[in-house]
Amino acid sequence: MGDGPLLPDGIVAIVKRDCPTCRMVEPVLAQLDADPHVELTVYTQDDASFPSGVGKVVLDEDLAVSYHHGIETVPTLLRVEGGVERDRTVGWSRAQWTACTGVDGLGQELPDMRPGCGSLSVDPTMVDELRVRFEGHRLAARRVQVGALEDEIETMFERGWSDGLPLVPPTEARVLRMLEGTTRAPGDVVAVVPPDLVECTVEKIAINAVLAGCKPEYLPVVIAGVEAACTDEFNIHGLLATTMPVGPVMIVNGPVRARIGMNAGVNVLGQGNRANSTIGRALQLVIRNVGGGRPGGVDRAAQGNPGKLTFCFPEDEEGSPWEPLHVERGFDAGASTVTLFPGEGPRGIVDQLSREADSLARTYAACLLTVQHPKLPMAFDAVLVVGPEHGRVFAEAGWTKAQLRERLHELTLMAGKDIVRGAQGIAEGAPEWVGDAQLPKFRPDGILIVHAGGGAGLFSSIIGGWVNGETGSQPVTKEIGA
Amino acid sequence: MSHVLLDPTSERSPSQRERVDRPSSLDGRTVGLLDISKARGNVFLDRVDEVLRGRGFEVLRFAKPTFTKPAPIDLRHEIATKCDVVIEALAD
Repeated sequence: MGDGPLLPDGIVAIVKRDCPTCRMVEPVLAQLDADPHVELTVYTQDDASFPSGVGKVVLDEDLAVSYHHGIETVPTLLRVEGGVERDRTVGWSRAQWTACTGVDGLGQELPDMRPGCGSLSVDPTMVDELRVRFEGHRLAARRVQVGALEDEIETMFERGWSDGLPLVPPTEARVLRMLEGTTRAPGDVVAVVPPDLVECTVEKIAINAVLAGCKPEYLPVVIAGVEAACTDEFNIHGLLATTMPVGPVMIVNGPVRARIGMNAGVNVLGQGNRANSTIGRALQLVIRNVGGGRPGGVDRAAQGNPGKLTFCFPEDEEGSPWEPLHVERGFDAGASTVTLFPGEGPRGIVDQLSREADSLARTYAACLLTVQHPKLPMAFDAVLVVGPEHGRVFAEAGWTKAQLRERLHELTLMAGKDIVRGAQGIAEGAPEWVGDAQLPKFRPDGILIVHAGGGAGLFSSIIGGWVNGETGSQPVTKEIGA
Repeated sequence: MSHVLLDPTSERSPSQRERVDRPSSLDGRTVGLLDISKARGNVFLDRVDEVLRGRGFEVLRFAKPTFTKPAPIDLRHEIATKCDVVIEALAD
Protein backbone atom coordinates (compact mmCIF):
# COMPACT_ATOMS: atom_id res chain seq x y z
CA MET A 1 0.00 0.00 0.00
CA GLY A 2 1.03 3.65 -0.21
CA ASP A 3 3.30 5.12 -2.88
CA GLY A 4 0.41 4.87 -5.33
CA PRO A 5 -1.17 7.31 -7.75
CA LEU A 6 -2.77 10.35 -6.10
CA LEU A 7 -6.53 10.58 -6.14
CA PRO A 8 -8.24 13.64 -7.64
CA ASP A 9 -10.14 15.93 -5.27
CA GLY A 10 -13.88 15.55 -5.02
CA ILE A 11 -15.91 12.34 -4.93
CA VAL A 12 -14.18 9.21 -6.20
CA ALA A 13 -15.99 5.94 -6.92
CA ILE A 14 -14.32 2.61 -7.68
CA VAL A 15 -16.56 0.13 -9.53
CA LYS A 16 -16.58 -2.87 -11.85
CA ARG A 17 -19.23 -3.90 -14.34
CA ASP A 18 -19.15 -7.46 -13.12
CA CYS A 19 -20.64 -6.35 -9.77
CA PRO A 20 -24.48 -6.27 -9.58
CA THR A 21 -24.42 -3.56 -6.90
CA CYS A 22 -22.21 -1.39 -9.11
CA ARG A 23 -24.66 -1.84 -11.97
CA MET A 24 -27.52 -1.00 -9.60
CA VAL A 25 -25.90 2.31 -8.57
CA GLU A 26 -25.09 3.30 -12.19
CA PRO A 27 -27.99 5.85 -12.21
CA VAL A 28 -26.86 7.20 -8.81
CA LEU A 29 -23.41 7.89 -10.20
CA ALA A 30 -25.02 9.70 -13.17
CA GLN A 31 -27.13 11.68 -10.69
CA LEU A 32 -23.99 12.69 -8.75
CA ASP A 33 -22.17 13.61 -11.95
CA ALA A 34 -25.03 15.91 -12.90
CA ASP A 35 -24.90 17.73 -9.56
CA PRO A 36 -23.05 21.04 -10.03
CA HIS A 37 -21.65 20.84 -6.47
CA VAL A 38 -20.00 17.46 -7.05
CA GLU A 39 -16.70 16.81 -8.81
CA LEU A 40 -16.98 13.07 -9.61
CA THR A 41 -14.29 10.71 -10.86
CA VAL A 42 -15.12 7.05 -11.39
CA TYR A 43 -12.40 4.39 -11.59
CA THR A 44 -13.63 1.30 -13.36
CA GLN A 45 -11.79 -1.98 -12.98
CA ASP A 46 -13.03 -4.07 -15.87
CA ASP A 47 -14.80 -2.00 -18.54
CA ALA A 48 -13.96 1.51 -19.73
CA SER A 49 -17.54 2.00 -20.99
CA PHE A 50 -19.01 1.44 -17.52
CA PRO A 51 -20.74 3.30 -15.97
CA SER A 52 -22.56 5.29 -18.59
CA GLY A 53 -23.79 8.78 -17.85
CA VAL A 54 -20.61 9.89 -16.11
CA GLY A 55 -18.17 12.34 -17.68
CA LYS A 56 -14.92 11.32 -16.04
CA VAL A 57 -14.43 7.56 -16.14
CA VAL A 58 -10.87 6.23 -15.77
CA LEU A 59 -10.00 2.61 -16.51
CA ASP A 60 -7.91 1.31 -13.61
CA GLU A 61 -6.32 -1.04 -16.06
CA ASP A 62 -3.39 -2.30 -14.00
CA LEU A 63 -5.43 -1.89 -10.79
CA ALA A 64 -2.76 0.47 -9.41
CA VAL A 65 -5.35 2.87 -7.97
CA SER A 66 -7.38 0.06 -6.41
CA TYR A 67 -4.30 -1.70 -5.02
CA HIS A 68 -2.54 1.31 -3.58
CA HIS A 69 -5.66 2.76 -2.00
CA GLY A 70 -6.59 -0.51 -0.34
CA ILE A 71 -9.89 -1.01 -2.15
CA GLU A 72 -11.40 -4.30 -0.99
CA THR A 73 -15.01 -3.83 -2.05
CA VAL A 74 -16.76 -2.34 -5.05
CA PRO A 75 -18.43 0.02 -5.15
CA THR A 76 -16.24 2.09 -2.82
CA LEU A 77 -17.03 5.79 -2.51
CA LEU A 78 -14.37 8.22 -1.28
CA ARG A 79 -14.34 11.93 -0.50
CA VAL A 80 -10.92 13.41 -1.27
CA GLU A 81 -9.69 16.85 -0.25
CA GLY A 82 -6.22 18.14 -1.10
CA GLY A 83 -5.25 14.66 -2.26
CA VAL A 84 -6.15 13.19 1.13
CA GLU A 85 -8.95 10.70 1.70
CA ARG A 86 -11.45 12.18 4.17
CA ASP A 87 -14.31 9.70 4.03
CA ARG A 88 -14.93 6.20 2.68
CA THR A 89 -18.02 4.04 2.34
CA VAL A 90 -18.30 0.59 0.77
CA GLY A 91 -21.25 -1.05 -0.98
CA TRP A 92 -24.47 0.89 -1.38
CA SER A 93 -26.04 2.67 1.58
CA ARG A 94 -28.18 5.68 0.85
CA ALA A 95 -27.47 7.19 4.25
CA GLN A 96 -23.72 6.74 3.98
CA TRP A 97 -23.56 7.94 0.36
CA THR A 98 -25.53 11.00 1.38
CA ALA A 99 -23.18 11.66 4.30
CA CYS A 100 -20.12 11.17 2.10
CA THR A 101 -21.29 13.33 -0.81
CA GLY A 102 -23.55 15.89 0.90
CA VAL A 103 -26.17 15.22 -1.78
CA ASP A 104 -29.75 14.36 -0.73
CA GLY A 105 -32.25 12.22 -2.52
CA LEU A 106 -29.82 9.73 -4.04
CA GLY A 107 -31.25 6.57 -5.63
CA GLN A 108 -34.79 6.98 -4.36
CA GLU A 109 -35.97 3.94 -6.25
CA LEU A 110 -33.25 1.70 -4.80
CA PRO A 111 -33.28 -0.30 -1.56
CA ASP A 112 -31.75 1.50 1.43
CA MET A 113 -28.65 -0.58 1.26
CA ARG A 114 -26.98 -3.42 -0.56
CA PRO A 115 -23.53 -4.92 0.01
CA GLY A 116 -20.94 -4.72 -2.75
CA CYS A 117 -18.63 -7.30 -4.31
CA GLY A 118 -14.96 -8.04 -3.92
CA SER A 119 -12.59 -5.64 -5.65
CA LEU A 120 -10.56 -7.15 -8.50
CA SER A 121 -7.44 -5.99 -6.67
CA VAL A 122 -8.10 -8.50 -3.87
CA ASP A 123 -9.28 -11.30 -6.15
CA PRO A 124 -7.46 -14.45 -5.02
CA THR A 125 -6.35 -15.13 -8.60
CA MET A 126 -4.83 -11.66 -8.92
CA VAL A 127 -3.46 -10.70 -5.54
CA ASP A 128 -0.05 -12.40 -5.77
CA GLU A 129 0.60 -10.95 -9.21
CA LEU A 130 -0.39 -7.47 -8.06
CA ARG A 131 1.80 -7.70 -4.98
CA VAL A 132 4.79 -8.57 -7.16
CA ARG A 133 3.91 -5.78 -9.61
CA PHE A 134 3.52 -3.07 -6.99
CA GLU A 135 5.73 -4.24 -4.13
CA GLY A 136 8.45 -6.30 -5.82
CA HIS A 137 10.74 -3.29 -5.64
CA ARG A 138 10.78 -3.63 -1.85
CA LEU A 139 12.80 -6.85 -2.21
CA ALA A 140 16.54 -6.31 -2.33
CA ALA A 141 17.72 -9.90 -2.84
CA ARG A 142 19.59 -10.87 -5.97
CA ARG A 143 17.30 -12.37 -8.61
CA VAL A 144 18.28 -15.79 -9.85
CA GLN A 145 16.98 -16.60 -13.30
CA VAL A 146 16.04 -20.24 -13.79
CA GLY A 147 16.04 -21.25 -17.44
CA ALA A 148 13.00 -22.61 -19.22
CA LEU A 149 14.50 -26.08 -19.47
CA GLU A 150 15.75 -26.18 -15.90
CA ASP A 151 13.87 -27.85 -13.07
CA GLU A 152 13.88 -25.24 -10.33
CA ILE A 153 13.94 -27.87 -7.58
CA GLU A 154 17.12 -29.32 -9.09
CA THR A 155 18.57 -25.83 -9.56
CA MET A 156 18.18 -25.14 -5.85
CA PHE A 157 19.97 -28.39 -4.97
CA GLU A 158 22.78 -27.55 -7.38
CA ARG A 159 23.23 -24.10 -5.92
CA GLY A 160 23.73 -25.63 -2.49
CA TRP A 161 20.68 -24.01 -0.89
CA SER A 162 19.23 -27.30 0.36
CA ASP A 163 19.71 -29.22 3.60
CA GLY A 164 19.28 -32.40 1.56
CA LEU A 165 15.50 -32.29 1.22
CA PRO A 166 13.54 -30.56 -1.55
CA LEU A 167 12.86 -26.85 -1.08
CA VAL A 168 9.93 -24.62 -1.95
CA PRO A 169 11.07 -22.22 -4.73
CA PRO A 170 11.37 -18.68 -3.29
CA THR A 171 9.52 -16.74 -5.98
CA GLU A 172 8.86 -13.04 -5.51
CA ALA A 173 5.17 -13.79 -4.96
CA ARG A 174 5.87 -16.34 -2.24
CA VAL A 175 8.43 -14.15 -0.47
CA LEU A 176 6.09 -11.13 -0.52
CA ARG A 177 3.31 -13.32 0.86
CA MET A 178 5.70 -14.56 3.57
CA LEU A 179 6.53 -10.96 4.50
CA GLU A 180 2.82 -10.34 5.15
CA GLY A 181 3.40 -12.46 8.26
CA THR A 182 5.37 -9.73 9.99
CA THR A 183 5.00 -6.01 10.57
CA ARG A 184 8.76 -5.59 10.25
CA ALA A 185 10.25 -3.99 7.16
CA PRO A 186 12.06 -6.34 4.74
CA GLY A 187 15.29 -4.40 5.15
CA ASP A 188 15.42 -4.58 8.96
CA VAL A 189 18.59 -6.28 10.13
CA VAL A 190 17.68 -9.01 12.63
CA ALA A 191 21.09 -10.42 13.51
CA VAL A 192 24.65 -10.98 12.38
CA VAL A 193 24.80 -14.64 11.46
CA PRO A 194 27.92 -16.77 12.03
CA PRO A 195 30.11 -18.24 10.77
CA ASP A 196 30.49 -15.68 7.97
CA LEU A 197 29.16 -12.90 10.24
CA VAL A 198 26.65 -11.66 7.67
CA GLU A 199 23.96 -9.10 8.49
CA CYS A 200 20.68 -10.92 8.05
CA THR A 201 17.56 -8.98 7.09
CA VAL A 202 13.91 -9.86 7.61
CA GLU A 203 13.78 -10.43 3.85
CA LYS A 204 16.56 -13.05 3.90
CA ILE A 205 14.81 -14.84 6.75
CA ALA A 206 11.55 -14.73 4.76
CA ILE A 207 13.27 -16.24 1.71
CA ASN A 208 14.65 -19.09 3.79
CA ALA A 209 11.27 -19.54 5.50
CA VAL A 210 9.76 -20.01 2.04
CA LEU A 211 12.46 -22.56 1.20
CA ALA A 212 11.64 -24.43 4.42
CA GLY A 213 7.90 -24.56 3.68
CA CYS A 214 6.71 -22.12 6.36
CA LYS A 215 3.40 -20.27 6.28
CA PRO A 216 3.56 -16.48 6.69
CA GLU A 217 2.19 -16.64 10.23
CA TYR A 218 5.24 -18.69 11.29
CA LEU A 219 7.67 -15.97 10.25
CA PRO A 220 7.81 -14.08 13.58
CA VAL A 221 8.76 -17.34 15.33
CA VAL A 222 11.59 -17.92 12.87
CA ILE A 223 12.77 -14.31 13.30
CA ALA A 224 12.86 -14.69 17.10
CA GLY A 225 14.74 -17.96 16.65
CA VAL A 226 17.39 -16.31 14.48
CA GLU A 227 17.72 -13.49 17.03
CA ALA A 228 18.20 -15.98 19.87
CA ALA A 229 20.64 -18.15 17.93
CA CYS A 230 22.92 -15.26 17.06
CA THR A 231 23.42 -13.97 20.59
CA ASP A 232 26.85 -14.31 22.16
CA GLU A 233 25.25 -16.40 24.94
CA PHE A 234 23.80 -18.98 22.59
CA ASN A 235 26.93 -19.03 20.44
CA ILE A 236 25.59 -20.69 17.31
CA HIS A 237 29.09 -20.46 15.86
CA GLY A 238 30.48 -22.88 18.40
CA LEU A 239 27.44 -25.11 18.24
CA LEU A 240 27.85 -25.32 14.48
CA ALA A 241 31.60 -25.84 14.49
CA THR A 242 31.75 -28.47 17.22
CA THR A 243 32.46 -32.08 16.38
CA MET A 244 29.69 -33.10 18.81
CA PRO A 245 26.25 -34.18 17.49
CA VAL A 246 24.27 -31.09 18.50
CA GLY A 247 22.22 -28.28 17.02
CA PRO A 248 19.70 -25.60 18.02
CA VAL A 249 16.53 -27.01 19.60
CA MET A 250 13.59 -24.58 19.59
CA ILE A 251 10.98 -24.73 22.36
CA VAL A 252 7.93 -22.52 21.74
CA ASN A 253 5.69 -21.16 24.52
CA GLY A 254 2.66 -18.90 24.74
CA PRO A 255 -0.41 -18.13 22.65
CA VAL A 256 1.45 -18.34 19.32
CA ARG A 257 1.45 -22.14 19.60
CA ALA A 258 -2.31 -22.41 19.11
CA ARG A 259 -2.48 -19.48 16.73
CA ILE A 260 -0.22 -21.15 14.19
CA GLY A 261 -1.39 -24.69 14.87
CA MET A 262 1.66 -26.25 16.47
CA ASN A 263 1.46 -29.75 17.88
CA ALA A 264 2.30 -30.25 21.56
CA GLY A 265 0.55 -33.62 21.78
CA VAL A 266 0.87 -37.00 20.09
CA ASN A 267 4.31 -37.41 18.44
CA VAL A 268 5.35 -33.93 19.63
CA LEU A 269 9.04 -34.52 18.94
CA GLY A 270 8.33 -36.30 15.67
CA GLN A 271 7.10 -35.58 12.18
CA GLY A 272 3.73 -34.56 10.80
CA ASN A 273 2.99 -31.00 11.92
CA ARG A 274 3.87 -28.29 9.43
CA ALA A 275 4.68 -25.55 11.95
CA ASN A 276 6.83 -27.79 14.16
CA SER A 277 8.69 -29.17 11.15
CA THR A 278 9.27 -26.09 9.05
CA ILE A 279 10.14 -23.47 11.71
CA GLY A 280 13.15 -25.44 12.93
CA ARG A 281 14.15 -26.11 9.33
CA ALA A 282 13.96 -22.41 8.46
CA LEU A 283 16.36 -21.53 11.28
CA GLN A 284 18.85 -24.12 10.06
CA LEU A 285 18.53 -22.87 6.48
CA VAL A 286 19.31 -19.31 7.62
CA ILE A 287 22.48 -20.60 9.33
CA ARG A 288 23.36 -22.51 6.16
CA ASN A 289 22.52 -19.99 3.48
CA VAL A 290 22.99 -16.61 5.13
CA GLY A 291 25.65 -17.54 7.68
CA GLY A 292 27.44 -19.93 5.35
CA GLY A 293 27.55 -22.75 7.92
CA ARG A 294 27.63 -26.06 6.09
CA PRO A 295 28.57 -29.61 6.99
CA GLY A 296 32.17 -30.23 5.99
CA GLY A 297 32.80 -26.47 6.05
CA VAL A 298 32.53 -24.84 9.45
CA ASP A 299 30.04 -27.51 10.59
CA ARG A 300 32.49 -30.19 11.75
CA ALA A 301 30.06 -32.59 13.45
CA ALA A 302 31.56 -36.07 13.51
CA GLN A 303 28.14 -37.69 13.38
CA GLY A 304 25.47 -35.01 13.69
CA ASN A 305 21.87 -35.92 14.46
CA PRO A 306 18.57 -35.87 12.53
CA GLY A 307 17.43 -32.90 14.62
CA LYS A 308 19.87 -30.76 12.68
CA LEU A 309 17.37 -30.83 9.82
CA THR A 310 14.73 -29.39 12.14
CA PHE A 311 14.04 -29.58 15.86
CA CYS A 312 11.22 -27.37 17.10
CA PHE A 313 8.34 -28.17 19.41
CA PRO A 314 5.87 -26.35 21.66
CA GLU A 315 5.28 -27.04 25.33
CA ASP A 316 1.89 -28.47 26.31
CA GLU A 317 1.16 -25.71 28.81
CA GLU A 318 -2.55 -26.40 29.13
CA GLY A 319 -2.07 -30.01 30.25
CA SER A 320 0.95 -29.30 32.42
CA PRO A 321 0.88 -29.58 36.21
CA TRP A 322 3.48 -26.79 36.31
CA GLU A 323 4.23 -23.25 35.19
CA PRO A 324 5.53 -23.22 31.61
CA LEU A 325 9.17 -22.79 30.66
CA HIS A 326 8.91 -19.14 29.58
CA VAL A 327 7.28 -18.11 32.86
CA GLU A 328 10.11 -19.77 34.77
CA ARG A 329 12.50 -17.79 32.59
CA GLY A 330 10.90 -14.46 33.50
CA PHE A 331 8.28 -13.86 30.81
CA ASP A 332 4.54 -13.24 31.23
CA ALA A 333 2.31 -16.24 30.71
CA GLY A 334 0.59 -14.30 27.93
CA ALA A 335 3.85 -13.68 26.06
CA SER A 336 4.88 -15.89 23.17
CA THR A 337 8.52 -16.93 23.26
CA VAL A 338 11.05 -19.20 21.69
CA THR A 339 13.75 -20.78 23.82
CA LEU A 340 16.83 -22.13 22.10
CA PHE A 341 18.65 -25.04 23.67
CA PRO A 342 21.89 -26.47 22.29
CA GLY A 343 20.85 -30.08 22.10
CA GLU A 344 21.42 -33.52 20.68
CA GLY A 345 18.59 -35.80 19.56
CA PRO A 346 16.00 -36.87 22.11
CA ARG A 347 16.22 -40.22 23.88
CA GLY A 348 13.30 -41.94 25.56
CA ILE A 349 12.79 -42.76 29.21
CA VAL A 350 10.57 -45.77 29.88
CA ASP A 351 9.00 -46.12 33.32
CA GLN A 352 5.64 -47.87 33.27
CA LEU A 353 5.57 -48.92 36.90
CA SER A 354 6.34 -45.87 39.04
CA ARG A 355 3.20 -44.46 40.63
CA GLU A 356 5.09 -42.58 43.34
CA ALA A 357 6.76 -39.28 42.47
CA ASP A 358 10.04 -40.17 44.15
CA SER A 359 10.31 -43.45 42.27
CA LEU A 360 9.79 -41.67 38.98
CA ALA A 361 12.32 -38.98 39.94
CA ARG A 362 14.84 -41.76 40.58
CA THR A 363 14.19 -43.16 37.11
CA TYR A 364 14.75 -39.72 35.60
CA ALA A 365 17.95 -39.24 37.60
CA ALA A 366 19.36 -42.61 36.54
CA CYS A 367 18.78 -41.71 32.90
CA LEU A 368 19.99 -38.11 33.26
CA LEU A 369 23.29 -39.32 34.70
CA THR A 370 24.14 -40.79 31.30
CA VAL A 371 23.94 -37.47 29.42
CA GLN A 372 27.03 -37.42 27.18
CA HIS A 373 28.87 -39.73 29.58
CA PRO A 374 27.91 -41.16 33.00
CA LYS A 375 31.29 -40.13 34.43
CA LEU A 376 31.32 -36.49 33.30
CA PRO A 377 29.99 -33.92 35.81
CA MET A 378 28.76 -30.34 35.31
CA ALA A 379 29.70 -29.90 31.67
CA PHE A 380 26.36 -30.48 29.99
CA ASP A 381 22.80 -29.26 30.56
CA ALA A 382 19.68 -31.23 29.66
CA VAL A 383 16.03 -30.70 28.79
CA LEU A 384 13.65 -33.14 30.44
CA VAL A 385 10.47 -33.46 28.38
CA VAL A 386 7.91 -34.87 30.81
CA GLY A 387 5.12 -36.80 29.11
CA PRO A 388 1.52 -36.29 30.29
CA GLU A 389 1.16 -39.70 31.96
CA HIS A 390 4.33 -39.09 33.93
CA GLY A 391 3.25 -35.51 34.63
CA ARG A 392 0.13 -36.87 36.28
CA VAL A 393 2.20 -38.84 38.81
CA PHE A 394 3.80 -35.59 39.99
CA ALA A 395 0.48 -33.71 39.89
CA GLU A 396 -1.20 -36.33 42.08
CA ALA A 397 1.68 -36.21 44.54
CA GLY A 398 1.51 -32.41 44.60
CA TRP A 399 5.14 -32.01 43.52
CA THR A 400 6.07 -28.62 42.14
CA LYS A 401 8.53 -28.32 39.29
CA ALA A 402 11.06 -26.81 41.69
CA GLN A 403 10.67 -29.82 43.98
CA LEU A 404 11.29 -32.23 41.13
CA ARG A 405 14.32 -30.27 39.99
CA GLU A 406 15.78 -30.16 43.50
CA ARG A 407 15.28 -33.89 43.90
CA LEU A 408 16.93 -34.54 40.54
CA HIS A 409 19.96 -32.52 41.59
CA GLU A 410 20.20 -34.55 44.82
CA LEU A 411 19.85 -37.83 42.99
CA THR A 412 22.43 -36.96 40.35
CA LEU A 413 25.24 -36.15 42.78
CA MET A 414 28.21 -38.33 41.92
CA ALA A 415 30.99 -39.59 44.19
CA GLY A 416 34.38 -38.47 42.93
CA LYS A 417 35.91 -41.90 43.43
CA ASP A 418 33.29 -43.44 41.13
CA ILE A 419 33.78 -41.06 38.24
CA VAL A 420 37.45 -40.26 38.32
CA ARG A 421 39.46 -41.22 35.25
CA GLY A 422 40.07 -44.95 35.26
CA ALA A 423 37.31 -45.74 37.74
CA GLN A 424 34.93 -48.52 36.68
CA GLY A 425 37.60 -49.56 34.19
CA ILE A 426 36.82 -46.55 31.99
CA ALA A 427 39.56 -44.11 31.05
CA GLU A 428 37.09 -41.25 30.46
CA GLY A 429 35.99 -39.38 33.55
CA ALA A 430 36.62 -36.51 35.92
CA PRO A 431 40.24 -35.40 36.57
CA GLU A 432 42.16 -36.82 39.53
CA TRP A 433 41.86 -33.67 41.63
CA VAL A 434 38.15 -34.26 42.27
CA GLY A 435 39.26 -36.72 44.97
CA ASP A 436 36.39 -37.86 47.19
CA ALA A 437 34.22 -34.81 46.59
CA GLN A 438 30.54 -35.16 45.77
CA LEU A 439 30.04 -33.64 42.34
CA PRO A 440 26.77 -32.53 40.77
CA LYS A 441 25.96 -33.93 37.35
CA PHE A 442 24.29 -30.64 36.44
CA ARG A 443 24.97 -27.01 37.26
CA PRO A 444 22.14 -25.36 39.31
CA ASP A 445 20.17 -24.13 36.28
CA GLY A 446 21.26 -27.01 34.08
CA ILE A 447 18.02 -29.01 34.04
CA LEU A 448 15.20 -27.50 31.96
CA ILE A 449 11.82 -29.16 32.46
CA VAL A 450 8.96 -28.93 29.96
CA HIS A 451 5.71 -30.85 29.54
CA ALA A 452 4.68 -32.26 26.17
CA GLY A 453 3.44 -35.35 24.41
CA GLY A 454 0.44 -37.58 23.75
CA GLY A 455 -1.97 -38.73 26.44
CA ALA A 456 -1.08 -42.44 26.37
CA GLY A 457 2.30 -43.87 27.32
CA LEU A 458 4.29 -43.73 30.55
CA PHE A 459 7.30 -42.16 28.86
CA SER A 460 9.38 -39.00 28.91
CA SER A 461 12.41 -37.83 26.97
CA ILE A 462 15.80 -36.29 27.59
CA ILE A 463 17.49 -33.88 25.22
CA GLY A 464 21.14 -33.81 26.20
CA GLY A 465 23.07 -30.57 25.87
CA TRP A 466 26.35 -29.34 24.46
CA VAL A 467 29.16 -27.76 26.50
CA ASN A 468 27.55 -25.19 28.79
CA GLY A 469 28.85 -22.00 30.33
CA GLU A 470 30.94 -19.16 28.97
CA THR A 471 32.89 -21.12 26.38
CA GLY A 472 29.91 -23.14 25.23
CA SER A 473 26.28 -22.28 24.90
CA GLN A 474 23.58 -20.99 27.23
CA PRO A 475 19.86 -21.50 26.62
CA VAL A 476 18.40 -18.22 25.35
CA THR A 477 14.74 -17.12 25.36
CA LYS A 478 13.40 -14.37 23.10
CA GLU A 479 9.91 -12.93 22.92
CA ILE A 480 8.21 -13.44 19.57
CA GLY A 481 7.21 -10.09 18.05
CA ALA A 482 4.62 -9.21 15.42
CA MET B 1 8.73 -20.58 -19.15
CA SER B 2 11.58 -19.27 -17.03
CA HIS B 3 11.27 -18.44 -13.35
CA VAL B 4 12.84 -15.87 -11.11
CA LEU B 5 13.91 -16.96 -7.65
CA LEU B 6 15.24 -14.81 -4.84
CA ASP B 7 18.73 -15.65 -3.63
CA PRO B 8 18.57 -16.97 -0.04
CA THR B 9 22.31 -16.60 0.54
CA SER B 10 24.59 -13.82 1.72
CA GLU B 11 25.33 -13.04 -1.97
CA ARG B 12 29.04 -12.84 -1.33
CA SER B 13 30.58 -12.46 -4.70
CA PRO B 14 32.74 -14.05 -5.89
CA SER B 15 31.56 -17.05 -3.96
CA GLN B 16 35.13 -18.03 -3.17
CA ARG B 17 37.43 -15.32 -1.91
CA GLU B 18 40.73 -14.83 -3.72
CA ARG B 19 43.71 -16.01 -1.74
CA VAL B 20 46.61 -13.70 -1.02
CA ASP B 21 49.69 -14.76 -2.97
CA ARG B 22 51.88 -17.19 -1.04
CA PRO B 23 55.32 -15.70 -0.16
CA SER B 24 58.22 -17.37 -1.96
CA SER B 25 60.44 -17.01 1.12
CA LEU B 26 60.09 -16.16 4.83
CA ASP B 27 63.20 -13.97 4.76
CA GLY B 28 62.54 -10.73 6.62
CA ARG B 29 58.97 -11.70 7.45
CA THR B 30 57.30 -12.05 10.86
CA VAL B 31 55.50 -15.34 11.42
CA GLY B 32 52.49 -15.45 13.79
CA LEU B 33 51.58 -18.74 15.45
CA LEU B 34 47.91 -18.85 16.43
CA ASP B 35 46.80 -21.37 19.03
CA ILE B 36 43.00 -21.81 18.93
CA SER B 37 43.14 -23.06 22.55
CA LYS B 38 42.17 -26.59 21.78
CA ALA B 39 44.00 -29.36 23.60
CA ARG B 40 47.53 -30.13 22.34
CA GLY B 41 47.54 -27.50 19.62
CA ASN B 42 50.36 -25.90 21.61
CA VAL B 43 52.48 -29.05 21.30
CA PHE B 44 52.49 -28.66 17.54
CA LEU B 45 53.08 -24.91 17.67
CA ASP B 46 55.93 -25.21 20.18
CA ARG B 47 57.77 -27.42 17.73
CA VAL B 48 57.05 -25.10 14.78
CA ASP B 49 58.24 -22.18 16.93
CA GLU B 50 61.49 -24.01 17.73
CA VAL B 51 62.16 -24.83 14.07
CA LEU B 52 61.43 -21.32 12.80
CA ARG B 53 63.49 -19.56 15.48
CA GLY B 54 66.29 -22.04 14.84
CA ARG B 55 66.36 -20.78 11.28
CA GLY B 56 66.48 -17.19 12.46
CA PHE B 57 62.93 -16.05 11.71
CA GLU B 58 60.98 -13.72 13.97
CA VAL B 59 58.05 -15.55 15.59
CA LEU B 60 55.11 -14.13 17.57
CA ARG B 61 52.65 -16.25 19.55
CA PHE B 62 48.88 -15.67 19.80
CA ALA B 63 45.98 -17.59 21.28
CA LYS B 64 42.23 -17.40 20.91
CA PRO B 65 40.40 -17.22 24.27
CA THR B 66 38.32 -20.26 23.28
CA PHE B 67 38.21 -22.51 20.26
CA THR B 68 34.41 -22.45 20.27
CA LYS B 69 34.09 -18.85 19.13
CA PRO B 70 35.61 -16.77 16.33
CA ALA B 71 38.81 -14.91 17.22
CA PRO B 72 37.95 -11.51 18.79
CA ILE B 73 38.29 -8.63 16.36
CA ASP B 74 41.12 -7.04 18.39
CA LEU B 75 43.15 -10.23 18.15
CA ARG B 76 42.57 -10.47 14.40
CA HIS B 77 43.64 -6.85 14.06
CA GLU B 78 46.77 -7.36 16.13
CA ILE B 79 47.82 -10.39 14.09
CA ALA B 80 47.12 -8.60 10.82
CA THR B 81 49.20 -5.57 11.82
CA LYS B 82 52.16 -7.44 13.36
CA CYS B 83 52.58 -10.46 11.11
CA ASP B 84 53.22 -11.18 7.46
CA VAL B 85 52.38 -14.89 7.70
CA VAL B 86 50.18 -16.84 10.12
CA ILE B 87 50.22 -20.51 10.98
CA GLU B 88 47.09 -21.67 12.82
CA ALA B 89 47.04 -24.94 14.70
CA LEU B 90 43.88 -26.97 14.87
CA ALA B 91 43.71 -29.99 17.15
CA ASP B 92 41.82 -33.22 17.93
